[in-house]
Amino acid sequence: MQQPLLEFDRLRVDFSLPGGTVTAVRDISFTVHEGETLALVGESGSGKSVSSTAAMGLLPDLARPSGAIRWHGGEGDEDLLTVAPGRLRRLRGNEISMIFQEPMTSLNPLHRVGRQIVEVLAKHTSLRGQAARARALELLEQVGIPEPARRIDSYPHELSGGQRQRVMIAMALACEPKLLIADEPTTALDVTVQAQILTLLEDLKQRYGMAILFITHDLGIVRHFADRVCVMRQGELVESGETAALFAAPRHDYTRMLIDAEPRGRKAPVAEDAPLLLEARDLRVRFPLGKRLFRPMEVFEAVRGIDLSIRRGQTVGIVGESGSGKSTLGRALLRLLESQGDIRFDDTALDGLDSTAMRPLRSRMQVVFQDPFGSLSPRMTVGEIIGEGLRVHAPALGRRERDARVQEALRDVALDPAMRRRYPHEFSGGQRQRIAIARALVLKPEFLLLDEPTSALDRSVQATVIALLRDLQARHGLTYLFISHDLAVVRALADSVVVMKDGAVIEQGDTETLFQAPREAYTRELMRAAFLDGEAA
Amino acid sequence: MTTDTAVSTPDLAGDSLAREAWRRLRQNQAATLSLVLLALTTLACVIGPWLTPWGLDEVDWNAFLTAPSLADGHYAGTDANGRDLLTRVLHGGRVSLSVALVATLVSLLIGVLYGAVAGFLGGRVDNLMMRFVDIMYSLPFMFLVILLMVVFGRNILLIYAAIGAVEWLDMSRIVRGQVLALKRREFVEAAHALGVRGHKIVTRHLIPNAIGPVIVYVTLTVPKVILLESFLSFLGLGVQEPLTSWGVLISEGKDMMETAPWMLLVPSVFLALTLLCLNFLGDGLRDALDPKTR
Repeated sequence: MQQPLLEFDRLRVDFSLPGGTVTAVRDISFTVHEGETLALVGESGSGKSVSSTAAMGLLPDLARPSGAIRWHGGEGDEDLLTVAPGRLRRLRGNEISMIFQEPMTSLNPLHRVGRQIVEVLAKHTSLRGQAARARALELLEQVGIPEPARRIDSYPHELSGGQRQRVMIAMALACEPKLLIADEPTTALDVTVQAQILTLLEDLKQRYGMAILFITHDLGIVRHFADRVCVMRQGELVESGETAALFAAPRHDYTRMLIDAEPRGRKAPVAEDAPLLLEARDLRVRFPLGKRLFRPMEVFEAVRGIDLSIRRGQTVGIVGESGSGKSTLGRALLRLLESQGDIRFDDTALDGLDSTAMRPLRSRMQVVFQDPFGSLSPRMTVGEIIGEGLRVHAPALGRRERDARVQEALRDVALDPAMRRRYPHEFSGGQRQRIAIARALVLKPEFLLLDEPTSALDRSVQATVIALLRDLQARHGLTYLFISHDLAVVRALADSVVVMKDGAVIEQGDTETLFQAPREAYTRELMRAAFLDGEAA
Repeated sequence: MTTDTAVSTPDLAGDSLAREAWRRLRQNQAATLSLVLLALTTLACVIGPWLTPWGLDEVDWNAFLTAPSLADGHYAGTDANGRDLLTRVLHGGRVSLSVALVATLVSLLIGVLYGAVAGFLGGRVDNLMMRFVDIMYSLPFMFLVILLMVVFGRNILLIYAAIGAVEWLDMSRIVRGQVLALKRREFVEAAHALGVRGHKIVTRHLIPNAIGPVIVYVTLTVPKVILLESFLSFLGLGVQEPLTSWGVLISEGKDMMETAPWMLLVPSVFLALTLLCLNFLGDGLRDALDPKTR
C-alpha cells in the first residue's frame, strides 16, 4: 500500500444562508494515496467540488467546514482547515495544485501565457528572469503545446480550448506538486481534445509521480482513467472502491443507477418506403466577416454544401465537434438563418419563403435547444411560455381552451399541470428541458430539431429525457433531427448518422453500420475518444 | 413616476406578472413605506397650496424672514419678502414633481422602445438609429433650450419638452445594449422558431427581460431632471417668479443659509425625502418584477 497523502476525515461543510443552513457535504471520509488517481464522481449538487475547494482553502465566506482534511505530504500531519493562511498559501501551488473546468476564464486574457507561467514560478520557486522563462518553455513543451517557442508569447484568446487547458496544466505543474486536483478539466472540451488531455495527465502523473484527485460526472472517463473511485450523492459518500471492481459489481443502488444511466437500446427502423419529410440539397450558410471599403467582403462558410434527407418517423443524428457547423445546419433547415441551396419540407420549398410565408409552417417544425437555463424566458410563467405558440398558430382558441392544451402538453412530458403557474427558475435542469419539449409539442409538430437537448444534463436525468423523447416519437410519430457531440446518445436514438467536420459531411450512413465499421479516420478517432470501442452493444 | 412603470408592465408581460409584482412589492416594507410617503408628498403638493392660509405671492408685512412658528400660521417660516415658505415649497413641488414625471415618462416610452427596436433590428437600421442618437448628444443642451425659446417664446412647457428630448437618449442606449445581449439568447430564438412576430418578441420577450437596469436608471433620472430644471431656472430659462420650484427654493435658501437656515432646510428635506423614497421604491420594483426573488 502506498503512503496516504491527503485524508478527508469526516469533512462536513455547512453554508449559512439567509434562509437557513444548507449542508453541502456530510461527514465524508476518504484518502488519496501517493501516486494514485482517485476519481470523485457525482452529479451536480453532490458536493464533489465543494470537498475539493475545501482542501484548497478556497471555500466562500459563508461556508462553515468542520472535521479535518489532513495533509501527509509535509513533515508531520497538518489539518488544511486549521493551518495558518501563510502556510496554506505555500502549500497551494507548491504541493497541491488545481485545474478547473473552464480554461477560458481561468487565464488572465490581458497577459501572455508565458508571463502567467513565469508569475507562478516567481511566487513558488527561486527561478527568475531568463531561467524562469526557460523553465516555462520547457513546461509548455511537456504539456504538448505545438511550437512552444512561439506560443509562449501568445495571448490566451489566440489559443484553442485544448491548448488553454494545457497551459493551465503547465501552470499547475510548475512546482511539481505532489497532488493535482482536477475539477472537471475536460468537460468544456471536445471529445478528441478530451482524450488528448487525459492521455497527457496520465503521462505527467507517471513522470512526476504525483497523485490526482479527479472530479467528474463522466463515468466513461473514470472507467479508463482512475485507479479508485468515490461516488458522492447529495453530500454523502455512498460507495468507494477499486475502479474495475466497482464497475463490475456496484454495491449501492445509486452507483448501479449511474452506471446503468449510460444510454442503451436502439431505435426501431422505419419502413423503407416512408415518404421524405425534410430534404436539403447543396445547403450553404455563409457569415460575413466584416466589410472594408474597396475590398470584397470576406466570408466564412459555416456549412459547405450539405445534402440531407429525412424520412417520416426517422431520427437522423448529426455528430461533430464544436465549430463543425452542426448547429448552424439545424438552424438553417428551420430557416432561422439565411442559407443558400434547396430545402423542401413535405411538399413545400422552404428556400425563398419570407417570414410571413414561413409562419404557417412553423407549427409543423419545432426546436428544442441545449441550454435549459437560457431557452426559457425568466419573466414568463411556464403556462405563458408553452401557450405562446398557440397564440400565434391558433389565435381563435379561448383562454380556457389554450390552458387545456397547455395542461395536456405538460402531461405529455410527464410534468404536473399545476406547475404552469410557476416560473422557470423554480425548476431543475431536467424539468426545464421537459418544459422546452412541451413548448414544442403543444403545436403538434411533425418534425423536431433537437439541438444537444441532453448535453447540459446529468447522466441520470439525461436517461429520463432520452426515454421521454423515444416515447413521444413512438406516440406521435415524430421525426427527429438530433444534433449532439455525444456519440453514445446518438447511437441509442438515431436511425442514421451524419458525421460533420468544418462544415462538411465526413461520413454518413446507417447507425449500426457506421458505428460497427466506420470508414473514415476522423470517425474512428471520434469513437476512440468517446470510449465507445469494445463496449458491449 | 411610480405609477407609469406599474401601468406599462401589464401589456408587456401579461397581467399576471403585474399582479404578482404588486403583491411582492407590498411585502417589501421599505418600498411600501416609500410609496406611501411619495403619495402623501404628491397629494400635499397638489392640494396643499389651497389649504395653507397664505397665497403663493402673498406678502405678510408683519413677518419678514421669520422662523417657523405655529402661532402666526407660517408653519415653515417666511422668506426675505415675507412670503409663506410652506406654501412656496408645496407650489414648487408641483413644478419639480411634474417635470420629473413627464421627463421620466418620455425617457421611458421613447427610450425603451427606440433602444429595443434598434437593438432588435440590428444591422443598418440600428446603425442609422444610433447615429441619430449621437447627433442629438452632440447638440449642446443650452443651445437647444435657447433655440426652443426663440421659436416658441418663454413657456414652462418648453422645459418639459427640452428635458424630455435629451433624457431618452441615455435610456435608449442602455436598453439597446441589453437587447443586443438578450436577442442572442435561446428563448428569443425559440420565439422566432414558434413564428412569433417581431413586435411581439420585442414587447413580450426583450423589454420585460431588460427591465432591471431600466428601473435603476429611472431612479437616477428623476434627481437629475429635478436638478436640471433648477439649473435652467437659475439661468432664467425655467420657471419665473412668482412661480417657483424646489431647485430654485434651495438655491435661494443657500444664500440665506446663515441668517435663515429654514429657507434651505425645508425645501431640501422635501427633495431629499422624495429622492430617497424613489430609490427604495426603485429597488423594490426591480426585485418585485423579477420572479427569481420571490
